[in-house]
Amino acid sequence: MGSMNPSIPSKRNSLNALLDQAQTLSSNSIRDEIVSQIHQTGSTVCQDTVRYTDENKMMRSEKLDRILTSKVWGFPIMLALLGIVFWITIAGANVPSAMLADFFGWIEGYLTLAFHALHAPDWLHGVLVLGLYRGLSWVVSVMLPPMAIFFPVFALLENFGYLPRVAFNMDRLFKGAGGHGKQSLTMAMGFGCNAAAIMSTRIIESPRERMMAILTNNFVPCNGRWPTLILLSSLFMATGFAGGAQTLVTASVVMGMVLLGIVVTLAVSWALSKTALKGVPTHYTLELPPYRRPKLWDTILRASIDKSLFVLKRAVIIAAPAGVITWILANIDVGNLSVLEHVVAFLDPFAKALGMDGFILMAFILGLPANEIVLPILLMGYLSTGAMLEVDNLNELKQIFLDHGWTWLTALNMMLFSLLHYPCGTTLVNIYKETKSAKWTFLSFLIPTVIAIGVTFATTQIAHAMGWV
Amino acid sequence: MSQSSIIPLTEGLPGQRIRIHHMTLEGTMRRRLLDLGFVPGSEVKVLQRSPLGDPVAFRVIHTTIALRKEESSQIFGEIIGGEYHESTH
Amino acid sequence: MNPRTNPKHSQKNPFRIALAGNPNTGKSTLFNALTGLRQHTGNWPGKTVIHAEGSYQYDGDAYTVIDLPGTYSLYSNSADEEVARDCIIFEKPDVTVVVLDATAMERNMNLALQVLEMADRVVLCINLMDEAKKKGIYINEKSLSKKLGVPVVKTSARNRDGLDRLQKVIQEMAYGRTKTNPYRIRYSDELEEKISALEESVTSTFGDRLPARWVALRLLDGDQSLIDSLHQRIELHRKEVHNHGVDESLYPVEA
Ligand SMILES: Nc1nc2c(ncn2[C@@H]2O[C@H](COP(=O)(O)OP(=O)(O)O)[C@@H](O)[C@H]2O)c(=O)[nH]1
Ligand SMILES: [Mg+2]
Repeated sequence: MGSMNPSIPSKRNSLNALLDQAQTLSSNSIRDEIVSQIHQTGSTVCQDTVRYTDENKMMRSEKLDRILTSKVWGFPIMLALLGIVFWITIAGANVPSAMLADFFGWIEGYLTLAFHALHAPDWLHGVLVLGLYRGLSWVVSVMLPPMAIFFPVFALLENFGYLPRVAFNMDRLFKGAGGHGKQSLTMAMGFGCNAAAIMSTRIIESPRERMMAILTNNFVPCNGRWPTLILLSSLFMATGFAGGAQTLVTASVVMGMVLLGIVVTLAVSWALSKTALKGVPTHYTLELPPYRRPKLWDTILRASIDKSLFVLKRAVIIAAPAGVITWILANIDVGNLSVLEHVVAFLDPFAKALGMDGFILMAFILGLPANEIVLPILLMGYLSTGAMLEVDNLNELKQIFLDHGWTWLTALNMMLFSLLHYPCGTTLVNIYKETKSAKWTFLSFLIPTVIAIGVTFATTQIAHAMGWV
Repeated sequence: MSQSSIIPLTEGLPGQRIRIHHMTLEGTMRRRLLDLGFVPGSEVKVLQRSPLGDPVAFRVIHTTIALRKEESSQIFGEIIGGEYHESTH
Repeated sequence: MNPRTNPKHSQKNPFRIALAGNPNTGKSTLFNALTGLRQHTGNWPGKTVIHAEGSYQYDGDAYTVIDLPGTYSLYSNSADEEVARDCIIFEKPDVTVVVLDATAMERNMNLALQVLEMADRVVLCINLMDEAKKKGIYINEKSLSKKLGVPVVKTSARNRDGLDRLQKVIQEMAYGRTKTNPYRIRYSDELEEKISALEESVTSTFGDRLPARWVALRLLDGDQSLIDSLHQRIELHRKEVHNHGVDESLYPVEA
């Protein structure tokens, strides 16, 4: 090597010589001298070129912080804002969801007519319309409206500058759990998408605390799980309430789920910091930038369009084939039961112990690639069995669940399982990419799964023992 | 106000202004704090504690930076003025 | 450095523009405004964790914009600061735009001065001018430009104010038509002596491929992560030479 190219070793040697020389010249005081010299220069330059005419206006954010992060109001305001965001989402999404479902049902009628007119075989109609088309229209009508409302509202808060204040308020809790103060920022990203949030954990420099943030991010419900939480709580948890009260109760239940997710995050972080991820919290600083008034329509349009496209894309890529597969499985018979029914019957005993049924568990398993498709798969599973009733009305939805023996406990368990279970496939892939470790990726699958099973099992047993169901 | 006594930032009360004297932190964190403006000779204002008591927000060269007590207890300075105010009102 | 052969810069050989700056100064907003892409923006430090590239056309030329993660400094040795530093020093963008927050000039100046120490083709972009106006802050950009020896442009990226002028200034600099005289901080005599002593050795090792004064300063500062980067690049280069049998120049190495 050396003979072939003599210049490289010499470069390496001269670099080493250079480093030696630097070391002998260097001293500790040099570091501080450099920084303070830069600072002095900076402040002299600014003194001559920047003029502050109104100290009062400089203090606006500070005044607002005295309320938004105060001892008395900090937490109540945080909870209230969270509640308001959910309330707006749920109240706003009802009507457009129903309209979209109607619209897709109306189109489906024509599609069916067209298939008949063309003398298309029944199985083709089944695969394309009852499987694919329905799968898609479910995803779109149930998921799009809440997402198109939630994300713009969230983006407004984000652009206003509220997120760092949440991190500031919550820091003590994360420190107590042995985590990093910026873990709450990565959790906020998780509301949008856990897979993206895994990347955002890069803001945490300490590997130990970053791993903690990665392993627990899944306990924040992402856009694929909101619809499940919202739909089930509005159908089952807010019965007996009407109108505004119903929305309020639904929002409270969803918020309760989010708070539970936060509690679990803190608990798991704490447990990890005492076991697999031992260590002391590292240093960090948190900047609280000045509040800035967001550009209202710009932010709203951008957030809702970006998210809508995101949901649609995932729907097409994942929900469509999943819809087809579900339909096929439901229509290929082995013995006198379909393949789907065999699977469901196999899963049923275990699922029952968790207060759910075989269909639900199967939907979660098939939903591994993306949480968005859990609900559509479940519905298609249910629909494929009994008489094929037309669900072009969201009110008929509850009937399907009731027909399959659902109670409020089933709904609660499905919500808990959705909140706590393993991360979706994309998230797992990202976790592997970021940690480069099969072990940690597997743990990030295992920990939530065990917790989800444990919690639903306990809930079910307690509810039965107390005779609540 | 106490006469030129050097206290850690942790002992500063909301509203007080403190001139930084020295830091006992080392390494990356020392550098980071210097970069943010916690430089000997510069002025810091204690803004307020977070609802659970820690961290505390400080005003330094026109920006707001929150520090946990692990760090702020290693930054020392002298109180140069400012009115103490209860942070909750 | 970087002699460009063809005058017009096509899609294949675009000018490279890096956006550096403190967190939350509007780099991604500016990036989006220039390229029409949708990088995540939001009012909290630390959103941009992934190095993003986009492109735009201006006056018949193609430009590639690099949205760097926000950093308070290039000297603290954290991972994102290394990314930003290595980009500026090793990849040598045609223009480095330092985006500053008009409402916190003093803090932002810290990073700007660091960049001025390591590169010649620098534009200072004072963003968030609308916020500064609201707060009664006035900035004399002419005087600033004269003091620091590089062009200064005021913008309000969210409202697309000042973008035209920024693009024009970038173009002028990319073509090498702007004479800059970046402000270099003068340290104590003792330190300056050491810098000069080391500068010679740096030049003999790296030629003019790296800014000698800056490298000398960083080595005196004991910047371990820079030392690692230098070692890495020599190794990388060794492998390349081994594979291809060419030894043109040690730097820049495409990262
Ligand atoms: N008022 C105002 N806000 C801006 C401007 N540029 C960016 N912002 C906002 O400042 C915040 C930070 O911007 P971002 O581009 O994410 O900063 P980055 O961290 O430097 O990439 C966002 O909420 C932007 O909407 C501007 O020129 N004026
Ligand atoms: Mg950014």
